[in-house]
Amino acid sequence: MKLLNWLALAPVWTLAAAAATTVLAAPKFEDSMAQRTLACTGCHGKEGRAGPDGYYPRIAGKPAGYLYNQLLNFRDGRRHYGLMARLLDPLSDAYLLEIAQHFALLDLPYASPPSAATVPSLLQRGQALARQGDAAREIPACVQCHGDALTGVAPNTPGLLGLSRDYLNAQLGAWRTGQRRAHAPDCMARIARQLSPEDLAAVAAWLAAQPLPRDTRAVASLPQPPAISCGSAMLPAGRQQP
Amino acid sequence: MKRAIIALLLGVLAVLALVLLLNFRGEDKIHDAPPLTPPAGESVARGAYLVRAGNCMACHTERGGAPFAGGRAIETPFGTAYASNITPDKATGIGDWSASHFWRALHNGRSRDGRLLYPAFPYPNYTLVTRADSDAMFDYLRSVKPVARANTPHRLRWPYSTQAALAVWRAMYFSPAAHADDPAQSPAWNRGAYLVRGLGHCSACHTTRNALGASSDLMDLSGGLIPMQNWYAPSLASPVEAGLHDWEPAQVVRLLQTGVADRGTVLGPMAEVVLQSTQHMSPADLRAMAVFLKALPRNAGEAAEGRVAGARMAERGAKLYEQHCAQCHGDKGEGVPGAYPPLAGSRAVMLPVTANLVQVVLGGGFPPATTGNPRPFGMPPFATLLSDDDVAAVISHIRSAWGNDAGAVSEFTVSQQRGSIGP
Repeated sequence: MKLLNWLALAPVWTLAAAAATTVLAAPKFEDSMAQRTLACTGCHGKEGRAGPDGYYPRIAGKPAGYLYNQLLNFRDGRRHYGLMARLLDPLSDAYLLEIAQHFALLDLPYASPPSAATVPSLLQRGQALARQGDAAREIPACVQCHGDALTGVAPNTPGLLGLSRDYLNAQLGAWRTGQRRAHAPDCMARIARQLSPEDLAAVAAWLAAQPLPRDTRAVASLPQPPAISCGSAMLPAGRQQP
Repeated sequence: MKRAIIALLLGVLAVLALVLLLNFRGEDKIHDAPPLTPPAGESVARGAYLVRAGNCMACHTERGGAPFAGGRAIETPFGTAYASNITPDKATGIGDWSASHFWRALHNGRSRDGRLLYPAFPYPNYTLVTRADSDAMFDYLRSVKPVARANTPHRLRWPYSTQAALAVWRAMYFSPAAHADDPAQSPAWNRGAYLVRGLGHCSACHTTRNALGASSDLMDLSGGLIPMQNWYAPSLASPVEAGLHDWEPAQVVRLLQTGVADRGTVLGPMAEVVLQSTQHMSPADLRAMAVFLKALPRNAGEAAEGRVAGARMAERGAKLYEQHCAQCHGDKGEGVPGAYPPLAGSRAVMLPVTANLVQVVLGGGFPPATTGNPRPFGMPPFATLLSDDDVAAVISHIRSAWGNDAGAVSEFTVSQQRGSIGP
């Protein structure tokens, strides 16, 4: 009886111990890309599912070409974050592409978006910009390039869902001011400069509030080619696609 | 009274003359014009190798910028110097330089237009480069793509910003020199000495600089804190720091070629050196450098006074280690061969200067992705996760656990350094 009692309580003890020290059983060393990229998941969350505070975006499942371009952008000064730059400085293009491919191939569930504590009119404006754009002001709809489901298009266009409002605000803002850049032609810089601060806040609020569709993966191609062209980096020698 | 004034004036004039004389000594008149024909292929290839060995690109290329077009900011205690455009662009680069102008820059530290160069450009080392090597480097640089990018003016504080101050500095600390083989030593040692002291400019970091930014003794390699970067380039003469006296020469070659060896891994500024420079050098040259470095006179330096961590700090450090570090570095600091360096018995962990440990814990890092180690394992940054107090506790723990016997690190030391690392 006593033994049975103990056995019944065992899960409780284990949980209590885990809660007390927050130590989870350390996974064994394995020679894998997940092991090699622990430097990334330290901030971008377990398996690259995003950091807890919304500042470090999800990288898992983003298209490989997009991730590769961002790694180069940080290393080569088109995006600015000291900790990223110093991590990437000693790495080669070929290895950065392999890191990008590793995270791109992860197909992991998303958390549901936080409830949007904002005024309905703002969300309406955001939805209109994301879905229809504003032709009069030369603002294309987000869906035109990022796909109708906004889950991105392989290989270079990222999905826009599952990102925090703060992150989206910061990125669109950085594009407007030139803090964040991409290879020429820098299409997003052009679009972000067309957005007013109110537009920017509206579209970020709406995007951050959208739940993910059932298929969260980037689509293979768009129904029709996008109206504007976007630049991206050359691939390492001998590589045809990211 | 009149006599005293005259004596004083004469004295000042004599000092001025001496400074001028010292600044122009060893300079030949320049007769040759900029070359009109493209350089020969063989010389270009040799020059490319030498430019790699001198790691010219690291400073003369801006982050994301065109190769050798300059613009990279070199932070110094005297202000910011900006590396110059050394592509063969006629208007903004070295397109209208002759081979002798290039040689004079390397050997005498003077630019095409006669200006004295700041020693952020390591001509106190490059002065040892031979004329033949200088000419080959010049030929290679003439072959790279010309880029029109006007040089960024230095932003140095007065009086360091003046040529007069620089002339006085040079009179005190710089003299042009040539490498001479030591007949008592092997050809490998002599080749190693030439590379380490000259093009390799190892002493630019591995030797302590004085208050005026001059290296106390160019050749002693007994370690120095790199100004502004807050990384410590450990002593290559000390068996308890990074001395190589009891390493197999093949291990030294491996470290410089791949960034990892059985007993050490390079990180930080040295990762950049291996990535851009030494991994491209020939095994024979790397071996020569190993022979020279292994023969450096042993100099253990002074033992640092270590303070012992208090009980609360020790307990906290051990707990943090278990939470954040043991997964990779092992319960007993044993590491994983080929992936994570051991911390138990590590010289890098027990260095008297703890700057590198703070750097690595706050900023994380990867060893260089070299041809010999193309897919390195990385360490995450903890700057956003751990407080200064936490970092001090965990570093103090690894310095004193598993038989390690180095002193504790204070929260103050960590907070002093955090500013230079922050996101």
